[in-house]
Amino acid sequence: MNAEWRWDFAIEILPQMLLATLNTILAAGIGYAIAAIVGLLFLLGQRTPIKIVNMVNREIVEFIRSTPLLIQLFFVYFVLPQFGITLSAWVCGMITIGLHFGTYLSEVYRGALEGVPKTQWEACRALNFSTFYTYRKIVLPQAFPIAIPGMGNYLVGIFKDTPLLSTIGVAELFHAATAVGGYHYRYLEPYTIVGLIFLTLSIPAAMWIRKIEKNVNLAQGKIKKEQL
Amino acid sequence: MRLSKNPIIQGTATVYIEFFRGTSLLVQLFWFYYVLPFFGLTLEAFTAGVVAIGMNFGAYGAEIVRGGILAVPKGQWEGAFALNFTPAKRMRKIIIPQIFPIILPPAANLTVELLKATALVALVTVVDLTFEAKQINAITWLSAQCFGTALLIYYIISRFFLVPFLRWLEVIAARKVGKDKI
Repeated sequence: MNAEWRWDFAIEILPQMLLATLNTILAAGIGYAIAAIVGLLFLLGQRTPIKIVNMVNREIVEFIRSTPLLIQLFFVYFVLPQFGITLSAWVCGMITIGLHFGTYLSEVYRGALEGVPKTQWEACRALNFSTFYTYRKIVLPQAFPIAIPGMGNYLVGIFKDTPLLSTIGVAELFHAATAVGGYHYRYLEPYTIVGLIFLTLSIPAAMWIRKIEKNVNLAQGKIKKEQL
Repeated sequence: MRLSKNPIIQGTATVYIEFFRGTSLLVQLFWFYYVLPFFGLTLEAFTAGVVAIGMNFGAYGAEIVRGGILAVPKGQWEGAFALNFTPAKRMRKIIIPQIFPIILPPAANLTVELLKATALVALVTVVDLTFEAKQINAITWLSAQCFGTALLIYYIISRFFLVPFLRWLEVIAARKVGKDKI
């Protein structure tokens, strides 16, 4: 075991790592898409007038939110086959990430909808707009900028939680690093490269989200140019 | 430190925070456990886990505290300044007591996140709830039971112990600064 950083080794494994990075991005993207839809479903469950649905929905959300993603992954991956449903690691991972972050996104959606002032609803009622029209033209355009920071944060959050997928054998970046490290018995370079790749992707992403947030706020007239 | 006027201190803090928030906890954990030994610093699995989680969540916590400090009304700063308080006294007597009701709700969320994050230390062979569940699963192959139980235990800890306790803290903090209703 020698401690020094070996550039030749780092460069040798770099293409392999970058290839795996594509998988990571893909996983984060699919996971996010599922989470966005699942979040909408939970939101619907929360806003239906039926009390019992609300309560069940609430407990499910609380349960998913307060248990670790890792165990949920194991649960889906190991338990479903016992009921005769065998899914690939990829599908399992996507479903679990989608469910887990869907609960978070539903909270973001809820906060955004509640962030629209009540008077807007009353004004629409006064103008005799239909509920659908009210949502589409008045409420959603205003809820959107409120939701953006939260949604963006969870996009980065999902991206950073994709390494967990390696534990059930999804071949993403972290999995590749462990495989390479195990093969050459050198963990210094693979894991450091993984960290650097994550940094180079997540910091610009966070900055980009902040920029969108500003632009949307500008377009809405929430803040003025000179406040930036 | 992020609020410091000294650019070196501020820069260090920013790099630290961005680094720990920008990479995933699992990567940091493995880095601490598998890479540090190459530098001659061998940590036990438990130590590595605790250090990684602590440093990671420290970065998130720093952002919350920063938000809290910035959220204290400007008039309070000016008032303390007008009364000729030293910066240390201003922080200790005026600002810090007021940030608690602001930072406690996000800090409570962070604490639940922390509880969940501890599951990851199982991956560097710390014998925690998750590790134990995996072991039992490997022996008995009763996945539904052992992972289900683990999930329930995490749920109960957070829902019935951690969250009520944090809510209680929030109420106390709000009462202390005279804001009974949050």
